[in-house]
Amino acid sequence: MIEMLRVLFDPLRHLDGGQQVQLLFIILFGVLLLISGYAAVRTVNDQEGQAQENTARFHRELRAVWVTAVLFWLAWISGAAGATLLFGVVSFLAFREYITLLKTRASDHRSLLLAFFVVLPMQFVLVGVGNFGLFSVFIPVYVFLALPVVSALAGDPERFLERNAKLQWGVMVCVYGLSHAPALLLLQFPKAEGRGAFLLFLLVIVTAIAQIAQEVASRRLRRRPVARHIDRSFSYPALGVGALVAALVGVLLAWITLPIKVPQALAMSVIAAASGALGEFVMKALKKDAGVRHWGNDVSVTGAVGLLDRVAPICFSAPVFFHSVVWYFHLKP
Amino acid sequence: MGLLLSAVARLITGAQGHWKGCPPKAEQRIYFANHQSHLDWVLIWAALPSELRSVTRPIAAKDYWTSSPFKHWITREVFNAVYVNRQRTDDQDPLEPLVEALKHGDSLVIFPEGTRSNKGLPQTFKSGLYHLAEQFPGVQLIPTWIDNVQRVMPKGEVVPVPILCTVTFGAPITLQPGEDKRGFLTRTRDAVVALKPGGMA
Repeated sequence: MIEMLRVLFDPLRHLDGGQQVQLLFIILFGVLLLISGYAAVRTVNDQEGQAQENTARFHRELRAVWVTAVLFWLAWISGAAGATLLFGVVSFLAFREYITLLKTRASDHRSLLLAFFVVLPMQFVLVGVGNFGLFSVFIPVYVFLALPVVSALAGDPERFLERNAKLQWGVMVCVYGLSHAPALLLLQFPKAEGRGAFLLFLLVIVTAIAQIAQEVASRRLRRRPVARHIDRSFSYPALGVGALVAALVGVLLAWITLPIKVPQALAMSVIAAASGALGEFVMKALKKDAGVRHWGNDVSVTGAVGLLDRVAPICFSAPVFFHSVVWYFHLKP
Repeated sequence: MGLLLSAVARLITGAQGHWKGCPPKAEQRIYFANHQSHLDWVLIWAALPSELRSVTRPIAAKDYWTSSPFKHWITREVFNAVYVNRQRTDDQDPLEPLVEALKHGDSLVIFPEGTRSNKGLPQTFKSGLYHLAEQFPGVQLIPTWIDNVQRVMPKGEVVPVPILCTVTFGAPITLQPGEDKRGFLTRTRDAVVALKPGGMA
């Protein structure tokens, strides 16, 4: 079996980096087109009640994958600087959505300005120039102190801890987390210089596939949800299936594109898949707390576009993936 | 300049227009809205389709908005504002410039509270809206609710924070025959409040 796979995929390993990426995008968009076509045909049939609800949800998920795929493609063709800028803009939009839905007070104004117009650009500039030492500590160390100081200077003690926690969380998830995605591009893998793009690709693909597989599995398995009040479908078996499916795809991808062994590729994929799925679960709890169902437009009238829903898994999986890869392979930018 | 400004407004606030009671059409209209921030006008303006922006004009207090060359320039050249005097003189009707603009065929955006409020719900409406409705029965009166903008720029701050806002346009209102001033002003205020997302709060 393994021998067969080796014969089948070995030629792919010998393509150069650019060709491999092109091939990956062709496969990715091809698969997405097939799924979308199938979904479009199925919508023609009349459905009612629960089935309709399911179809709507499926279409939403599918759109999420499309958005992610196109985003990643744009990031790839525009190079490291372009990718940093692109993720910077996404981070800005996601953070804007987060702040909109979690109510803030007038006295938070200065801290919000600091977060939006100083911290966010600064973090992505640090990624862009490849200052990895400062990039990993800038927010957890310096901003962690600066934000509450600015907040305290506003002179409003009401719900001080809660307000600062909200802001701190938003910065950690939407800015710090997401900034690790373009940072992956700049990592230099030994014996495979300039292949950081595959790390980012691996992360995005594996996270997305884990999300879909988990969604499908939870509907098929119908296990008892672990935390009914947070997510009616989240269960350990579904999480396991999601991680397993994603890991298989990830192993193939990593083994073809990177000079690493199969167990290493497996570990990397499982880390990306599990942290993404768990991160999304955490975001669901946050949403329930804020009283919204999606971070999107259809229930709240705030005008949010639901971007945060799309990027939440990556916000969590990117930093975990990045730091575990850097630590294990002793990588340097 | 106008395009740049509306792009910035959209980046910061989203400035989504929700046309609930009427389509965005090039008819002569008076939009009346709740007033919470200096940004209110910019938001409505950015939420309008670009072909309506040039014929929809704000009202600006003459003493404040002509006090510096920049303020004068932006209200005159970019927004094409209608200037009104805040000090009342005996021989002049304060609504005069508005009447002139409406006769000219322009649409207007007015904030009938007369001042910014930050209590959540709008204060009672001033009578100008009633007089305009009386004089121009052919002009549509569109109630408008601007949501979330007080969080973007609280009173006293100058730099806006990026928070998504919406502008909801309701169904047109007309002055009923024989309707008195106070009844009309209460009814128009209720129509604005009814557009608030999440109902009366």
